[in-house]
Amino acid sequence: MQLNNIKKELGVATCALLQIPSASVIASDSEWDIDTAFLYYAESDGRVSAFEPAIHAGKDLANDQRIDLRLVVDVLTGATPNGAHASSVAQTFTTPSGGSAYTAQPGETPLDDSFKDTRVAAGADWTLPFNRLSRIKLGLNGSTEYDYTSLGVSATYLQDFNNRNTTLTAGLAFNNDTISPVGGVPLALSPMRQPGETNRVGADDTKTVTDMILGITQVINRKTLMQLNYSMGMQDGYLTDPYKIVTVINPVTGLPDNTALLSVNADALPYVYEKRPDSRQTNSLFFKTTHHLTRDVVYFSYRYFWDDWGITSNTFDLKYRYEIGRGYLQPHVRYYLQDAADFYRHNLVQGVDVDASGNVLLDTVSSDYRLAKLTTTTLGLKYGYALGDNSELSIRGEIMNQSIDDGDVPSGEETPDLDAIILNVGYSLRW
Amino acid sequence: MKLMIFAGVLCALTGCTSLDTVQPWDKDLLAKKSMQPVPDYFENFYDEHIYFSKEASSGGQSVGGGGCGCN
Repeated sequence: MQLNNIKKELGVATCALLQIPSASVIASDSEWDIDTAFLYYAESDGRVSAFEPAIHAGKDLANDQRIDLRLVVDVLTGATPNGAHASSVAQTFTTPSGGSAYTAQPGETPLDDSFKDTRVAAGADWTLPFNRLSRIKLGLNGSTEYDYTSLGVSATYLQDFNNRNTTLTAGLAFNNDTISPVGGVPLALSPMRQPGETNRVGADDTKTVTDMILGITQVINRKTLMQLNYSMGMQDGYLTDPYKIVTVINPVTGLPDNTALLSVNADALPYVYEKRPDSRQTNSLFFKTTHHLTRDVVYFSYRYFWDDWGITSNTFDLKYRYEIGRGYLQPHVRYYLQDAADFYRHNLVQGVDVDASGNVLLDTVSSDYRLAKLTTTTLGLKYGYALGDNSELSIRGEIMNQSIDDGDVPSGEETPDLDAIILNVGYSLRW
Repeated sequence: MKLMIFAGVLCALTGCTSLDTVQPWDKDLLAKKSMQPVPDYFENFYDEHIYFSKEASSGGQSVGGGGCGCN
């Protein structure tokens, strides 16, 4: 009996390095690790709201194999910026379907309120050992929503060294995505037209995403774990956002002006559909450390990201788990800074960026604020409580602020801050 | 070669000489759920999803997350 306990403890300890949750190690072969969670995400000013229930089930199988299954439903409603900036005059736009119009009042950031979607995503991972110190995790992912389908496969190899104090990781993932925009794929850099007419080039388009990761996880001492990853991604195909437009302004008045675009379409509005490059190469260095204090645990991570679109970013994330009896309180702060993409523009100027015939003289352009220089600050607090030896309930509340730096733009045209709340309830059990 | 560079960077960050060889019977703390790389499956999952939708950078922790329209 005593021997069995020691064996079990050793199994728990060594599997820490296998990056398998200890609960699953303690569990016998016949038990499932279940995680259920619900996310409510809501942006201020009636923008996007998301309701996202999810379930994960993992189970250790015979011969040190393991299977993990995941199902997530994502219900989205609300309004989302269309890319055009606020103006001192009222602005009228055509909905993505081309069937109707909506108006932004003077000073209002133009929002497309026809945004509504339900996404279902499922995934499965199968981990199988090669030998005592190495294993591979094979993954399948699929998701579908009204205008987007994604299918992916992945493989991650893990090798332990040094009494299992060091783990090397090498992973590869491939995704094939199809986008079928409402109303069809817009002709890039062509004018948005009045309801009833649209400039479209087809019903759908595709992109491929290949991601690679190399990493090392190191036990520093009895209380400290560190991880360093290098990731590289290649995206090819249709990387444009089909719902985003760019304002064309008059060089003198600074107001939206469709004069040149009328040469292209007699019913042109003073906006053109954005266009992004058809490839993107991304890189990131990710560092994370977890340190156990006397009772509490502190988590810190940092990521440096760069790509060939000119975007660089720094992400800092700090959590402190403060143990209280059977529960814990965990404050969280995250800070993210991003530089703008090379092709990000506040607007296009007629006579400079758009010629008299309505041709856009730039190869690529986007006014999507997510490609602008911005900072995101998140503050949160989580409370977790062990309901029993085999189950835990947690609740998390966070506030997020995004502040966009438009640069030197006329007063009243600035992109407003985005504020959002994140509420997350989770329940885990061994069953 | 890259692995050597990473190992070098890790050494610079941590000081390789101070690494302890922790024996299995001393891994009681490291084995706790709170000490795992991802202690809360969905907390991490939701955060990745939210920031993927709202920022121009993503990834870094793993591969194989799946895609989304995320407008």
